[in-house]
Formats: sequence, structure tokens, C-alpha cells
Amino acid sequence: MTNTREQMLARLRTNPLGEVPAPELEVRRFAWSLDEAVEKFELMLKAVRAEVYHVGHDWPCLLAEQLTQAGARNLYYGPEGPLSQRLTRGWPETGPQLAALDRPIEETRETLFDQADAGFTSCVAGIAETGSLVLWPTPAEPRLLSLVPPIHCVLIERDQIRSTLHELIVQESWCKGMPTNALLISGPSKSADIEQTLAYGVHGPERLLVLIQ
Amino acid sequence: MTTELRVRAAQALGRDRVRANIRRAMDGLIDKRRAAFPDTEELERLRDQGKAIRDHALAKLPALLEQLEQNCTANGIRVHWAQDADAANGIILDIIRRHGGTAIIKGKSMVSEEIGLNRFLEEKGVEPIETDLGELIIQLAQEHPSHIVAPAVHKDRREIAELFNRHYPDEPYSEDIERLTAMARRVMRERFKATKIGLSGVNFAVAETGTLCLIENEGNGRLSTTAPDVHIAVTGIEKVVARLEHLAPLLTLLTRSATGQPITTYVNMISGPRKPEELDGPHEVHLVLLDNGRSRIHADPELRATLRCIRCAACMNHCPVYVRIGGHGYGTVYPGPIGAILEPQLQGLARQGELAQASTLCGACAAVCPVRIPIPQLLNRLRFEQAQAGRKDAGAGAWMERHLWRLWAWIYASPARYERFMGLVTSLGWLAKISVGPWARTRTAPRIAKRSLHDLAREEGLSND
Repeated sequence: MTNTREQMLARLRTNPLGEVPAPELEVRRFAWSLDEAVEKFELMLKAVRAEVYHVGHDWPCLLAEQLTQAGARNLYYGPEGPLSQRLTRGWPETGPQLAALDRPIEETRETLFDQADAGFTSCVAGIAETGSLVLWPTPAEPRLLSLVPPIHCVLIERDQIRSTLHELIVQESWCKGMPTNALLISGPSKSADIEQTLAYGVHGPERLLVLIQ
Repeated sequence: MTTELRVRAAQALGRDRVRANIRRAMDGLIDKRRAAFPDTEELERLRDQGKAIRDHALAKLPALLEQLEQNCTANGIRVHWAQDADAANGIILDIIRRHGGTAIIKGKSMVSEEIGLNRFLEEKGVEPIETDLGELIIQLAQEHPSHIVAPAVHKDRREIAELFNRHYPDEPYSEDIERLTAMARRVMRERFKATKIGLSGVNFAVAETGTLCLIENEGNGRLSTTAPDVHIAVTGIEKVVARLEHLAPLLTLLTRSATGQPITTYVNMISGPRKPEELDGPHEVHLVLLDNGRSRIHADPELRATLRCIRCAACMNHCPVYVRIGGHGYGTVYPGPIGAILEPQLQGLARQGELAQASTLCGACAAVCPVRIPIPQLLNRLRFEQAQAGRKDAGAGAWMERHLWRLWAWIYASPARYERFMGLVTSLGWLAKISVGPWARTRTAPRIAKRSLHDLAREEGLSND
């Protein structure tokens, strides 16, 4: 195997390589005010059928109400997540059942796939240009929480929103250390593989609820 | 001249339903791409950046591959090097066997098509499960993708409804697209839950951070790379880029060029397996780096531009030949203009050289390519090489062609000869109907004017200047 590696690299090294300078990229960004950025963010998300709500401190009540209307029996969340205290404290008794996801997937696979109706996560940023939520899943909020339940709910704060991915990557120095998994999520899961016609809710969540605070 | 390509093209032209399906889809994709780039200046700036990023990566390819390996390894990703399709298939099978796998869930991967992975695994008793809706349709129909982004683009909803009905008799028959999509979700759910090994392609591999970037809309790609214990990613060596920041222009170019989307639903950046404190994600991540002829393409300074490709498929969407014969007309894994330059290089001119003829050289492909691959120029280069090679074993046809061109050059080299020749052609115009032969069977034959343009111009008092 090492041999194959050496052969492949050696072959490439004998090719004329030349001096091609590293591209000097001007950071692609838009000079939007925060209000403009939030407006664009919301517009782009709604264009791909995400549901956007502007919320205050009582957001857990609003979320519970939406989930009840959707017929969700439960909401899975990470009890160590950055918003979990606010979520549990504000959660109405009449709301769907809050279910903590804090065990390895090997123990929770069955319930997550078969029982979970909704999942709640925080996010690290938003991207206005494309209406994207940026998630860096952590041990507190694992990857499948935003993927397996049919409804994914996210709370984002207004000042987390940047204009472009380029701006975000550069400003936050992503190159200095990436998590095991970083995600951009822009709407509920969809496909246009049949006659180029959009159908929502393929393998990921059918609904994406975005709460902007 | 009856060759394989011509026979396939003629067959493809006879499939009216497929042609209608492809035409409709391509018209839609062309409109969506145009709407996604309202600002032409921005588009051209982005294309310059895309080209510069890819050129830089290819010029530093060996160093970047080493850096990628080093950073992936530091992150816990195991890197494998594969000379060709057999080697890649062998590596993948070894990993599957080591984990006692009998099935794998697959996210969409054109490289896995290139190496014939599904057939190989089936022969070895491993079930490959395609999870992308388009790929699932193709797998059930036992066909190959006809488009690199939309693999089932040649099928319409009725065909898909019948296909699903045959394979999933317990599900109610429906021709409704939302219901068909929901059916795929139900069918795949158990497989996502239970399958221990997942396989995916890679859109970009970032050397600087050891990150694999994958884009998709359905969530099947995320599930295939997150839910199983083992994730195997397979990619061509050319997919590497130097810096994480380079993803930004490339992603916006790729998704807007491909389907007119500002971004795909999911952009999945994987930089390692599950850490001990994490609750989910695969315990093992493998990266298979495939050469399979790419280093040979890399050796030629002109043809190297082929490797800039980011697989958006805009060239085929805009190609008058692709739109008419569809992906299956080409008979190769990669169809369309990019296929017509890539396949002859991957498989050799002797096997696929004729593909370079499958173009009108209209230039639409180059006009839309997000990384400015000069496809017509490369097609000409391959045609030239093939003609050179053809001289050695030239048949009667080639002898005739060569001498006709020599005669043509001789006539066109002198204004006097040219004028006399054109006069002759004009006066013999009545023969044209006979000489265009089969071409006029399904078309109206052109009528040659009684007098030449030169003649008419002279009469109007215009000079050659």
C-alpha cells in the first residue's frame, strides 16, 4: 500500500508542476445592516419552505404550540446543550414531552428512529445570502438530533447572522480547527429527482422550524 | 461509417419518450441556472476565482495530497491510495469484510460508478443500497445514471410509479411525485437504521484541515455518513483544494451552475470519526484516493484543465448533442461534453476516442463552465491526436478524407483558385440534392443559389476590400 502511495505521488511529481500562485481571494461579503441581513436570511429560508418565527423570551411556549399543532408527541434535545436550561424552564406543562438525548447512539438508535417526532438544537451562526443555519454538533447536541426526527427546530440569535459563508469562514478562522462534523442546513430535506419537481421531506427532516430571537 | 457511438446515438434518437423527458429537464435547468446568476460581472469574477483555485490545486497536487493525508490522519481518518478501479474496489471490500458487513448504504457517488463498485460488491455477496432517490430509481431499473447530477432524468413519473409498484408491491400505486418520494423515505428508513457501513463520494477534500466536503439535498448523504459505524469516502485525487476558504466560491459556483440553487439543503463537512466523548457519528472514517488515469491526464499541461471539473453538469445541460441523445447515448459513466473529453483520456483514445466527435463545437459548454474548462479546444486536441494515430492504420476512408482536405487547402490558399472553384460549385448546384444523400432523408435539402455571393456583390459595385 505504501508502495502504491509512493508510485502515485512519484508519477505526479514527475509531471510539470510550474509555479501557480495561490489565488488571492477578496472575501466575498455584502455590506448589509443587521436588519437587512435578518430579512434576507428569512426570505431565503422561506423560499425553501422553512418556517421562520421571530420570538422573544417566551420562545419555548411558541415552539410547544407549533409542535402540538403539528401533532408531535415529543421533542428530543441535548440536556447539556447551551439552550437546554432556557428550553426546559420555559416549556409549558401542556406541551409535547421533552425527551433528553444523552446516551450514545448504540443505546438510542431504536427510539430516535422510531419514536422521535422532533429534535431541537442550537446553532453557531446563520448565513444571510443563502438562508443557512450553521451547526457544529457537539457531545451535548449530537449530529443525528438535527437529522433523524421528522421536525428539526433551531433557535438563532439575530447577531449570529453573517452575510456569506466566505465571511464566516474567514472571520471565525475556521481553518485553525474544524469540528469532526460541521453542517450548513438550508431548509427541510428535499429532492427534485423525479421530473425536476421539488418534493420536500425525503430522508432528512420534513419540516424545519427556525426561531429568530 | 457505422460505429458503436453512431449506433447508440441513432437508438437514443429513436426513444421519443426519453428525449422528451431530457429536453424538458434540461430546459428547466438552463432557466434555473440563468436566474441564479443575475449579476454577470459577479459570475465572471467567480469563474475566474474557481479556475484559479482549481489550477493552483492541480499545480500543487502531489504536495496537497500529502498534506491532505497528513491532516486527515491526524484527525483520525484512514487514507488509502488506489491506482485503479480494481485496487479501489479491493480496499473497500476489505474494510467491509473486516466489519463483517453484508450491505452498505450509499450516498450518491460518480466515482463509485466509475469503478463499477455495485456490480463488484454484488459478485462478492455484499448488497449495495443506493439511497439517493435518483440513484435508487436507476438501481431498481438496473440501469446506469444518464446524468451526473440527476441520474434518473430520462424517466418520467409514470415509469417510476410502475417501477416502484413492481418492487414495492405493498405500497399503494401512485404517480404523484410527493407520494413517490414519501415511499422512498419509508422504504429506506429501516436500511438507514440498521446498516453498519456507509459509503459516499466527496465534492471537495480540503488539504489545509483534512476536511471532506459533501453536498446534497435529501439528507441521505448525511445519513449514510453519520448513522453507520463506518464511513468510507471514495474520491478522485483531483478533488483536493488547498484551503478551507476556497470552498466558499466553489460551493456557490457548483450549486448555482448545477441546479440554480443558492446552496444545497445540506453542506456536510467531515473532519474525522467520532471522538470518545461524542454520542454519534462513525467510529471509523476511511478515505480512498483514486488515480485511475488521472495522473496521466495531469501530465499534459493542456489536457490537465479537464481535472479542474467540479461535476456541476452545466456543460451537459447546455449541450445540443447531450439534450438529443441523453447520457445513455454516450455509453460511458461520464456523459456530455465533460465525458467527451474525460472518458477518452481515462480509457484511452483507442477505446473511447470517438467520443470526441460527439460535439458540434458550438462552445455552449465552455461558455457556462464554472471553472472555465476550454472543452471545445480540448475536443479539437483529442480529435487531432486521434487523426494522427489514425494515419498509421488508415483505411480507404481516411485516405480519401486526407486528400480531400489537401485539395481544400490548395483551393483556399489562392483567391483566384477559390473564385473559380466557387463558380464551379455554383454552376453545379443542381447536383446538391443527390450529393447530400442520407442527410436529406429527414431534412429539407438546401438549395444552392443560382449565382454566387461574390457575383451578386460585384454587381452591386462592392469590392473585395
